[in-house]
Amino acid sequence: MSKHIELLVGTRKGAFILDSDEARREWHVRGPYCETWPVHDLVRDPADGTLYAGGGSAWYGPSVWRSDDDGATWTQSSEGLTYGDDGPKIETIWNLTPAHGVLYAGVEPAGLFRSDDGGRTWSHVAGLREHPSRPEWQPGNGGLCLHSIAPHPTDPDRMWVGISAVGAFETTDGGKTWELRNKGIRADFMPEPLPEFGFCVHKLRVVTAHPETLYQQNHCGVYRSDDGGRQWTEITGDLPSDFGFPMVIHPHDPKTIYVIPLNGADKGRHMTDGRAAVWRSRDRGDSWQQLITGLPQEHAYLGVLREAMSIDSFDRPGVYFGTSTGQVFGSADEGDHWQLLADFLPAVWSVEAAVVED
Amino acid sequence: MAIVNLPRSLVTLFPAPPPRHLELPAATLEQLIAELERQWPGMRDRLCEPGPQIRQHINVFVDGVRERELSRALTETSVVHIIPAVSGG
Repeated sequence: MSKHIELLVGTRKGAFILDSDEARREWHVRGPYCETWPVHDLVRDPADGTLYAGGGSAWYGPSVWRSDDDGATWTQSSEGLTYGDDGPKIETIWNLTPAHGVLYAGVEPAGLFRSDDGGRTWSHVAGLREHPSRPEWQPGNGGLCLHSIAPHPTDPDRMWVGISAVGAFETTDGGKTWELRNKGIRADFMPEPLPEFGFCVHKLRVVTAHPETLYQQNHCGVYRSDDGGRQWTEITGDLPSDFGFPMVIHPHDPKTIYVIPLNGADKGRHMTDGRAAVWRSRDRGDSWQQLITGLPQEHAYLGVLREAMSIDSFDRPGVYFGTSTGQVFGSADEGDHWQLLADFLPAVWSVEAAVVED
Repeated sequence: MAIVNLPRSLVTLFPAPPPRHLELPAATLEQLIAELERQWPGMRDRLCEPGPQIRQHINVFVDGVRERELSRALTETSVVHIIPAVSGG
């Protein structure tokens, strides 16, 4: 059976889809979708092919969009997506993650919601905001957002989440209770002694084949955990910066990971020295290789946000990232060679690669 | 009945969009929004936020006067304009 690929791109002004075949050389852009609403995340449920987009309009509030026909038509709903009339108002959706027949949504201000009917109605996973640390949660530069949802691949009761400027949490009981998972992480912006929270995770991923192994790109370095997040080991090594947002894991080789270092939290948050580069480790972060072939190496002050890098599931996976200045770059050979796939899009907030069987 | 004018950016959010101009039975703004919700499920969430209150960047005018209170009374001849704030870049 033949396959094609869709790059699902969420932007500040709508959702777009980039289509290609398995060769991944020629790309066609379609969109904008979702009435040009700001879209923080656009995903495809591999179980049934439904597309979901999450975001929030400055006028009409947060909502989750759904398309059953590969983007041709969309509906939206936020029924139940609320902390109640006495709670804080939800500003936007930061992350959508389908898993185990459930669609999860991470929102701002930080919280987790679930939908058991394909995004039509939502219920609050209240246990997370009942954590004793919650009154002390403070927003980071991007807001108090729950942006990373990493479900255990086989145990539906187990999940990790990441909240900016708060840290990582794990539940083992389906979201009723949560424990902090931040030991070993630096927080250079906090005074000593460090509390158990206040850690600025930027992207948290779990290795599907070995779910005790997690990786995260943090505000202060890159880290790996081999015990489900109980203890983290810094693997920043010789990366040019400890600061960046996205992180992806090779789907067939969990020793291989990718990050995009940016020049620093207080230095503009763009590619170091105006030279675009993705960095790859083939050995779980023990060493890093700079990947620049085909990427602009002069005056390229690109920013890449936490949801804006993805890797596809072909035998030789393609790697993709989108920029805050509207470019989408891609590599069909695991990052060895890159090309510009789309330009002049609105600011890209998310990129998700979906391989679809024809 | 109240005469209601809806913005393009709102009606396009619904699969069977309401007309831009319509008449609805309502004695208050709250009842008006409830009627919109009844006919086009989900519209309340687009216009109101927790409180409940009218969303910050949604302007509701009744007979030319900007109103923020959902309890605002409407008459048979009230003309309501729902207008998103002019903002953004």
